[in-house]
Amino acid sequence: MSGHGAKEFNIKWGMVIDLDKCTGCGACMTACQVENNIAPVLDASNKLRTLSWILVYELSNKKAAPDAEIAYLPRPCMQCGNPACVPVCPVVATDKNEEGGIVSQIYPRCIGCRYCMAACPYHARYFNWEDPVFPKGMEKALSPNTSARPRGVVEKCNFCHTRLMKAKDKARQEGGNPEALADGAYMPACADVCPTGAITFGDLKNPEHKVHELAKSEHAFRLLEKLGLAPQVYYYTRREWVRKLGDNYAATGKAGAEKKHS
Amino acid sequence: MKTQFSVAKFDQKLQERWGEVMEEKKQCKGCGGALPFVIGFVAAVIAGWVLFPDLIYSKKTQPIRFSHKVHQEQGMECSSCHSFRDDGSYAGLPNNEKCMECHADVVGSDPAEAAYVEQYAKTGKEVPWLIYQSQPDNVYFSHKAHESFECKSCHLDVASTDTPPVYYENRLSGYSKQTMKMWQCERCHAENGVSNACHVCHK
Repeated sequence: MSGHGAKEFNIKWGMVIDLDKCTGCGACMTACQVENNIAPVLDASNKLRTLSWILVYELSNKKAAPDAEIAYLPRPCMQCGNPACVPVCPVVATDKNEEGGIVSQIYPRCIGCRYCMAACPYHARYFNWEDPVFPKGMEKALSPNTSARPRGVVEKCNFCHTRLMKAKDKARQEGGNPEALADGAYMPACADVCPTGAITFGDLKNPEHKVHELAKSEHAFRLLEKLGLAPQVYYYTRREWVRKLGDNYAATGKAGAEKKHS
Repeated sequence: MKTQFSVAKFDQKLQERWGEVMEEKKQCKGCGGALPFVIGFVAAVIAGWVLFPDLIYSKKTQPIRFSHKVHQEQGMECSSCHSFRDDGSYAGLPNNEKCMECHADVVGSDPAEAAYVEQYAKTGKEVPWLIYQSQPDNVYFSHKAHESFECKSCHLDVASTDTPPVYYENRLSGYSKQTMKMWQCERCHAENGVSNACHVCHK
């Protein structure tokens, strides 16, 4: 379990999401559901009970017609350097202990107490209120990359971790170093599918990876930076008002973000 | 009047009897109840564990009596059939396509081979081999990462067997008795200084 202060690893898998490129199409959410075997919910009208490891929010600058602007913000798990969810787990079902810094979630170990969900300020964790039901025929399209979750456990984005394992195997097969993957060798489904290339993925500590520079840009920021959870997901925008919303800054004193999809 | 009288008397008798019963119960504390049942149950479980340890497993035999020995005598390596794909994933057991490179028709005199050709090669049905090392859905195992080890350090040493070993299936869990347990994975990782982080093996 991680105590206080961020854990440091030699590799730090991270994302830089360009909010000026994101069109809010939702392809990342769909790709994620396919990759991670998230069953369609029978009644999706109750947004407290839907599941989506990556969720696209709509942001608005709350201005009248000529100046009105919107932005879309996809939110995966932030894989925090100092995660709030890990120390509260009573059974160590979630941990940040692997090289690369991806926060793990072990479903058979989870007892469903949902402390982690209460702790996570990004709402990145989801609870299985029902057993997954796949419509007839769809079970043939299930992915072997992610194990199925039963009712009563918590799940979240893990940067498509099996894709990392497969990239390592490929590197070994080709005689490369599995601990020094090339830029683009490991790509989560959302980054892979994004039609505008808004999601850049790689090792934040490796200068040969694009994210290394992008995350250092003056236009890059992290969500709720002031909480000190040190997320490994960065956002990128040239729009001042979007950046301010990212730290829950509201000039009007009213909340600025509204849900788009669920 | 007479009826009322007898009811009252009956009531009185009943109360007396009830008092006696309660008295008896107090004296007999500990000779009934759940305790003997629990003792008997535990004794039966222990006796079962010691006397019939294999009762929980059902024995199964492979659909075809595959002889590794015969194939090895032809000079074949393990990797001739159990090979890696180009992306580093492991093909595991060979499928019909691979077997039929040699066994599209009967080439030997073994009845098991004839059975294979008859039932599977000719019909195009894959052989439902029983996998001794089958792992649960939430385990990710990379053969590539463990390539430096000998196959038999984890798998049953089948290379020189003429008849495949009996497959023991746990009647409750449905898993093979011979499969590797989590503590075995963890111990080897710890001894070799490899990370035991959850995501190293789980998905």
